[in-house]
Amino acid sequence: MHQWIVLFTAVMSGLIFGFGLILSGMVNPAIVLAFLDIAGTWNASLLWVMGGAVGISAVAFFIARRRSAGFLGLPVNVSTSRVIDKRLLAGSFLFGAGWGIAGFCPGPALVMAGAGSAKALLFVGAMLAGMTLFEIVGHGQKNSTAS
Amino acid sequence: MDIEQIIERIDIFWPALAGGMLIGLAAALFLLANGRIAGISGIVGGIVGSLLHLNWRDLDWRLAFVLGLVISTLVWRQFLSLPAVQIQASDMMLVIAGVLVGFGTRLGSGCTSGHGVCGMARLSPRSIVATLIFMSTGFAVVYLLRHVVV
Repeated sequence: MHQWIVLFTAVMSGLIFGFGLILSGMVNPAIVLAFLDIAGTWNASLLWVMGGAVGISAVAFFIARRRSAGFLGLPVNVSTSRVIDKRLLAGSFLFGAGWGIAGFCPGPALVMAGAGSAKALLFVGAMLAGMTLFEIVGHGQKNSTAS
Repeated sequence: MDIEQIIERIDIFWPALAGGMLIGLAAALFLLANGRIAGISGIVGGIVGSLLHLNWRDLDWRLAFVLGLVISTLVWRQFLSLPAVQIQASDMMLVIAGVLVGFGTRLGSGCTSGHGVCGMARLSPRSIVATLIFMSTGFAVVYLLRHVVV
């Protein structure tokens, strides 16, 4: 029974996350690219999205810090790593490059793939290939995973 | 800025802020109920890792979260119409971008959700650095593609 509640809250989290991406317009790469295009007709949407999302989750992290376990009794898994290494820098750089080319990051791409968009499905397929490549060659001296 | 531009900016402001708050709510629920960070690249990468290494630990809740994300437009459409979405990149560019996003987010341990939202919310120095790097790289790449290489 308990395990089903855990899976139910996970589905609900993904669902609400998806609703947020749809409502905010972040599922539309054109809006994301308009934010990244500072020399064009700049669209500030992403800034308000980040502000709203960071504001609400900051409250949750504040509450979580005072608890040793979540409301369902599960331990809270938050990375405590403070190491800023080459992997973090290079990985974020590669991600930023891909994000700038397509205007898709993983969440919106999965939501649009779920909507049946052929282009989003193509992106997600390539993203899974990139992740597979990482699993094969990228682990090296593995550091803690933040997310 | 003329009056039409001001109205247009207000039009995008409220949905963006409300949508952002929903994303924050989802991350809050996931953290406080499941004790996990709602980092999408980490969750999807974990599924890929499970399948490759035949290790089923943590596979169930990861699949459940992704299921919620994938069916979100289906549920949304029962009540509201979906906004128009324009994907301008060519198929080849989408493939290149997808591989970069997949590999990069795994190497850098996070994407817009894990570093940009959750990491920033807890003021993680790693996530702040990661977010500054992928944002500035995004700005630079769009500038190059739209204003330099034409």
